[in-house]
Amino acid sequence: MKIAVSATESTLSTPIDSRFGRAKQFLIVDTDSNALAVLPNTQNLNAAQGAGIQAAQNVVNAGVQAVITGNCGPKAFRVLKAAGIAIYHCSDRSAGDAIKAILSGTLQPAESANAESHWS
Amino acid sequence: MVQTDPFVLAVASGKGGTGKTTLSVALAQVAGAPLYDCDVEEPNAHLFVRPQWQDKQDVTRRVPLIETELCTGCGACTELCQFNALIIVGHKAMVFEELCHSCGGCRRVCPTQAIHETDVTIGSVSLGLSAKLTLVQGCMAIGQVMAPPLIRATRNYHHNVPPAKLAILDCPPGTSCPMITAVRGSDFVLLVTEPTPFGLNDLQLAVETVRQLQLPFAVAINRADSGDRRVHDYCQREGIEVVIEIPELRHVAEAYSRGETLLEALPQQRQLLQNWLHQLCPGGLA
Repeated sequence: MKIAVSATESTLSTPIDSRFGRAKQFLIVDTDSNALAVLPNTQNLNAAQGAGIQAAQNVVNAGVQAVITGNCGPKAFRVLKAAGIAIYHCSDRSAGDAIKAILSGTLQPAESANAESHWS
Repeated sequence: MVQTDPFVLAVASGKGGTGKTTLSVALAQVAGAPLYDCDVEEPNAHLFVRPQWQDKQDVTRRVPLIETELCTGCGACTELCQFNALIIVGHKAMVFEELCHSCGGCRRVCPTQAIHETDVTIGSVSLGLSAKLTLVQGCMAIGQVMAPPLIRATRNYHHNVPPAKLAILDCPPGTSCPMITAVRGSDFVLLVTEPTPFGLNDLQLAVETVRQLQLPFAVAINRADSGDRRVHDYCQREGIEVVIEIPELRHVAEAYSRGETLLEALPQQRQLLQNWLHQLCPGGLA
């Protein structure tokens, strides 16, 4: 399974970036091969509008099946849902620990967005 | 007889809560001019005018509608859209109406004619009459975020508005699209401020804005004898005329909280406003 994690740094020990649309970057982790790639999100960091939508489009294009992030607004949630991507809300551990929690089934996917539009 | 366009006086400000509506209502009363409440996100002039509503028209704007069977997910529309209002998910375009600026470009570039347009109601324009004055009010529908098209519709509303030589616009606060939409094309802008650091900061932004729009303007200072002299000093330095000063008085604030107009609370302002309006737009007073 390929998972995108919003992250502040480029390693798995880094904390999850609580923001989705304006996250610094996404770690794209292939849990089968343990391959790690970094998807920059800098173009959305300063976007006036639609940052969540564009970030969602980018992770959809990266071909992930799941997203781990701290907070996800309604528009990004709609995009990810339409693409059939599971969304996990988590911010209290490292990116690597959150992936382990998904694989072990202790972290459950979200049913709805957990932040308002323009949450920062 | 050909009806000439009225002289349009836009009452604006940078900072909110400085007294735009208070002054707009008073100016409209003094001049016997129609008042257009263009602060469509939170119109409040009616609280002071207390009109009988005569007419109400819905205002719509066009947004794209995707015919999914025809969409190939080519992405031509998403590439064109500057506002991220369209994206491709699962090889189909998806629309975010709230980000759409209704330019119609996506429909034009779609190679398979999969994009149609549909009307979304963004609010309404109402006409109200009272013994005091004629009020045209724009009011945005709940959940809508795009104010400029509704502001334009409010400004352009003519149906059953008695012909007048002068029209007063109560504009939205700030210096972004709604404010610019409201003041653009007016004949004169009155910037209302207060003698506080916030009032001064936002006045400076508003002055920069109307200068860029090349509109003639002057300043009104509300609660003029409170705060400090920095707004006065700034206006003097910049050669900006301060044409109206309203004193800070408790009974004026009390009257406001009861929905009474400035002229009811401070009748001596009538002559001052009348003199200024007469100077600004001779023949504009009914």
